[in-house]
Amino acid sequence: MEDQLINVPLYADVIAAGKRPEILFWVGCAGSFDARAQKVSKAFAKLLNHAGVDFAILGDEEACTGDPARRAGNEFLFQMSALQNIEVLNGYEVQKIVTACPHCFNTLKNEYPALGGNYEVIHHTTLLHQLFEEGKLSVEGGNFKGKKITYHDSCYLGRVNGVYEIPRKLLEQLDVELVEMKRCKTNGLCCGAGGAQMFKEDEPGDKRINIERVEEALETGAQSIAANCPFCLTMLGDGLKEKEQQEKLNVYDISELILQSIQ
Amino acid sequence: MIQILIFSLITAIVFFIAGKKFWRIRRNILLGQAKDVSGDVGQRLKNMTLVAFGQKKMFKRFIPALFHLFIYVAFLFTTLELVEILIDGFTGHHRFFATILGGFYTFLISFVEGLSVLAFIATVIFLSRRNLLKLPRFTKAEMLGWPTKDGNLILIFEIILLVAIFTMNGADTVLQNRDVAHYPDIGNLLVSSWLGPMLFDGLSTNTVIIIERIGWWMHLLMVYGFMLYLPFSKHLHIFLAFPNVFYASLKPRGEMENMESIMNEVKSMMGLVEDTPVDDDMSELPSFGAKDVFDLSWKSLMDAYTCTECGRCTSVCPANQTGKKLSPRKIMMDVRDRVEEVATKIDLQEEGCKIDKEKTLAKDNFDDSKSLFDYISKEEIHACTTCNACVEACPVMIDPLEIILDLRRYEILTESAGPTDWMPMFNSIENNGAVWQLPNSRAEWKDS
Repeated sequence: MEDQLINVPLYADVIAAGKRPEILFWVGCAGSFDARAQKVSKAFAKLLNHAGVDFAILGDEEACTGDPARRAGNEFLFQMSALQNIEVLNGYEVQKIVTACPHCFNTLKNEYPALGGNYEVIHHTTLLHQLFEEGKLSVEGGNFKGKKITYHDSCYLGRVNGVYEIPRKLLEQLDVELVEMKRCKTNGLCCGAGGAQMFKEDEPGDKRINIERVEEALETGAQSIAANCPFCLTMLGDGLKEKEQQEKLNVYDISELILQSIQ
Repeated sequence: MIQILIFSLITAIVFFIAGKKFWRIRRNILLGQAKDVSGDVGQRLKNMTLVAFGQKKMFKRFIPALFHLFIYVAFLFTTLELVEILIDGFTGHHRFFATILGGFYTFLISFVEGLSVLAFIATVIFLSRRNLLKLPRFTKAEMLGWPTKDGNLILIFEIILLVAIFTMNGADTVLQNRDVAHYPDIGNLLVSSWLGPMLFDGLSTNTVIIIERIGWWMHLLMVYGFMLYLPFSKHLHIFLAFPNVFYASLKPRGEMENMESIMNEVKSMMGLVEDTPVDDDMSELPSFGAKDVFDLSWKSLMDAYTCTECGRCTSVCPANQTGKKLSPRKIMMDVRDRVEEVATKIDLQEEGCKIDKEKTLAKDNFDDSKSLFDYISKEEIHACTTCNACVEACPVMIDPLEIILDLRRYEILTESAGPTDWMPMFNSIENNGAVWQLPNSRAEWKDS
C-alpha cells in the first residue's frame, strides 16, 4: 500500500477533459516543497486514491495562502497572494477544498470570504473521518493497534477552529492507546511555529517552545506523536533531534498512521 | 437630622467625583478608532450572560473560580444592604425592606451573611495566594510595584467591608434583642444572631448604638472609597466585564481584521476593479497598523481597562513560558498606562503636545513624540506565535493578539522594518508564490 503509485491529477487537466473534480486538494507550500511534509501529501493522496475520491491539485497555479505574511504584519503581501489565489479558485468555480495544513485551512476558510473567496473548506482529518464513516476506509488490526500514541493539537485546527474530537476519533479507528499530554485540547501548547515564527530565529529566552512541547510528549511514555500540521511536524521532529530522542519517539501526521495501518 | 445632612453631602460629593472619573474613562476608551460592533445582539447577550454574568470562562480553573464566585455573588447581594443604607441615610428609615418583605427579608439578609462568610474565606485565601504562596503569575516582572499593591489593597478593602457588615448587623441584633426603639426585630440572622451577642452583649445600649453606627458608616464609606478608588485600579472589571464581553468579536477566531484600504489598492493594482479614484495627494504618507493608542480600536482600549491583571493569559503564553519577554498581560497593562498618560496630558492641555497650537489638545491634535513602542518593545511583539492561548484563557474575552498584530502591521507596513529573518520569506512569497525560494514545480512531490 505504501509503495503503490499515486494518481494526482492537475485541476487544469481534469477541466480540459470536460470533467470537474469533486474536491480540490490544497497542498500548501510545506506539502509541496518541504521534504517531510511531501511525505504527508503523498500519504494523503494514496488514501484518497484508495478510497476512490475524485480530487485534483492546482500544481503551479497554487500559491501561498498568505497566512505567514498576514500574521507577520505584511497585509499588502497577504492581499496580493490571497487575491491571486481567489482569481484562480473562482476561475475554476471551485466549491470544495481539503488541505493537510491547518494554516492554509484557517486562511482559506475564515479569511478568504472577506476578499471574495467563498468555499467549503475542510481539514484532511475531517475528510478522512468522513471516509471512515462512509466505509471507504477501514482498518483491521493495523500497525499501531494497542500502541501508545499521544496527539498534539495544532493551534489553528484546535484552539482557533475548535476541531479537537475528529482527529482523536481517527486515532480510535486505529485502535491505538491514546495518551494525552498535560496540556491538550483548548489548553494545548503551541509547537512554536505559528505567527511566522517558523521563518525566524526565536527571541531570546530560556528554552525553545518545541523543546518544551517534546518534553511534555516524552513524559507520556508514548512511542509516537500524532500531528495534523506540517509545521508542527518540523518543530516536534527538530525538538526530538535536539534532545536525541528521535529513536524513542517519532512524529507522524495522522494520515501517515492511517496509511501504515492499511496494509 | 445632622446625620442626614452629612450623609447627603458626602454622597453628593462622592457621586460627583466618581461620575467625573468614570466619564473620563469613557472618553479615554473613545480615543481609539471606530469599530463595527453591529451584528447578532442575541448572541452578544448570550455571551454576556454566560461569560460575564455566569463566569463561564473563569471555571476553566475550578478552585480559583469557586472562591472568586463567592466574592462576586456576595458583592451582588450586598447591594441590597447598600440600597437600604442609602434609604436609611436619606430618610432615617432604618432597615426599610424589613417592613415590606417580612420573613423573606430575614432569609435574604441571612443569605447575604452566609455569602459574606464565604467571601471572607475567599479573600483570605486570595491574599495568601498572592503573598505567601507567591504564585508565579502574580510575581512576574510587570506585577512589581503598584500592580501588586493594587491587588492587595482591594482584598484588604474587602476584608474591612466584611468586618463592617458583621459589626453593623451584630450590633443591630443586640439592639433588637433589647427592644430598643428604631431597631425593629428582623428575626434570626445566620451569623449575626450569635456573633453579635457574643461580641457586644456585655456593653451598654448606648455603646452598642454607637458600634452599630460605626459599622453602618464604615460599610458606607468603604463602598464610597471603593467607588473613588476603582477608576485608578485594575479592579474596573467588576463593571467593564459586562460591556467588554458584550462587544467581543463574533467573527471566527482565526479571522484577522481585513484591511480594506490595502485590499482595494491591491485589487486595483491587479486590475480586478475598474476606475478606482487614485489619491494623488502624496504629501502625507499613509500609516497602517498601530503606533499609538489612537490607532487601536476603542474595543482594544476597553480591553485594556477591563483587564484585572489575573495573568491567566501570560501563564499559558508559550513565549512567556519559555522565558521570552512577551507577556500578554503586560501588553494590556502597557496599553492602559499609555492611554492614561495621553489622557492626563489632554486633561492638562499641555501646550507642548499640540500639533496645531491654535486648537485644543485632542485625539486628532496630539503628539508628545512618544508612542506605544515606548512601552512595548519590538522583541515582545516578535515573540508571539499567534497561538490564541491568551485569547482562549481570558475570562472576560480580552484579545491581546489583536493589539500585537496591529503593532506588527505598523512595524512592517509603515516603518518597512521587522525581523530580517522574515525578508526572504516575504520576497519568496512575492516572487515565487511560496514561503521558500525553490526552483522546483509545486507538483513535483507527486512524482518524486
